[in-house]
Amino acid sequence: MKLMLTCREATRLASEGLDRELGFGERVALRMHLAICRGCTTFDRQMKFLREAVTRLADSERSPES
Amino acid sequence: MKSPDDFRSRIEQQRPYLLRYARLQLRDRDAAEDAVQETLLAALRGEAGVAGRSDLRTWLTGILKHKIVDAVRRASRDSAVSLDAEDEAGELHELFDARGHWAARPTSWDHPDAALEQAQFFAVLETCLQQLPVKTARAFMMREHMGLDTEDICKELGITATNCWVMLYRARMALRLCLEGRWLGAQEPPRK
Repeated sequence: MKLMLTCREATRLASEGLDRELGFGERVALRMHLAICRGCTTFDRQMKFLREAVTRLADSERSPES
Repeated sequence: MKSPDDFRSRIEQQRPYLLRYARLQLRDRDAAEDAVQETLLAALRGEAGVAGRSDLRTWLTGILKHKIVDAVRRASRDSAVSLDAEDEAGELHELFDARGHWAARPTSWDHPDAALEQAQFFAVLETCLQQLPVKTARAFMMREHMGLDTEDICKELGITATNCWVMLYRARMALRLCLEGRWLGAQEPPRK
């Protein structure tokens, strides 16, 4: 795992981190990238939000109008 | 002492929820109804198993997940060939420049938590999900809606783990864009 990731690689890793345990090198590289990249930090946060949203989707038909 | 009729009506009350749950994954009303019907029958047969359980819905959803996976397996088998030709993520390349940096940096979503309180947001999310390619959506929902491991998803869909991760990545990228365009970005555009 190289140390300096591109945004393309970082987003890919951020996504995979939701599906498998990242290796140590991967985690370090991702964290370093997120520390300096606002776009990917935003992306990372949005991915977690997306997960939360989909989890709640089945319950979401509580009140159609509100 | 509870009568059998009481149990039957209690599980029957869960039908709308179960139907919705199944439809989100299967995207097919008939298939969803079949899975729910099988679930309720299995539940009636296995009433003893629920005796000590406080959460009927959780128990029924657990049964339903197995029925859904069976249905997904059948559907994947039927459509294995036609779906292999699914798009190769052409549109995702445009998100990054030649050096692998964002072509247009994601804007942060203000107050996403508030969105989770709004029924309308979930309607938008569903629309976005429906726009995903079939196989991509199938993998994504198995992961995020049903909470299956990638290992199980690979097995059911007959794809490699790497393939599966790429597919999930693609789904997330597409959903992010769709939500940004239709909801979160459109609410208040924070241009910086």
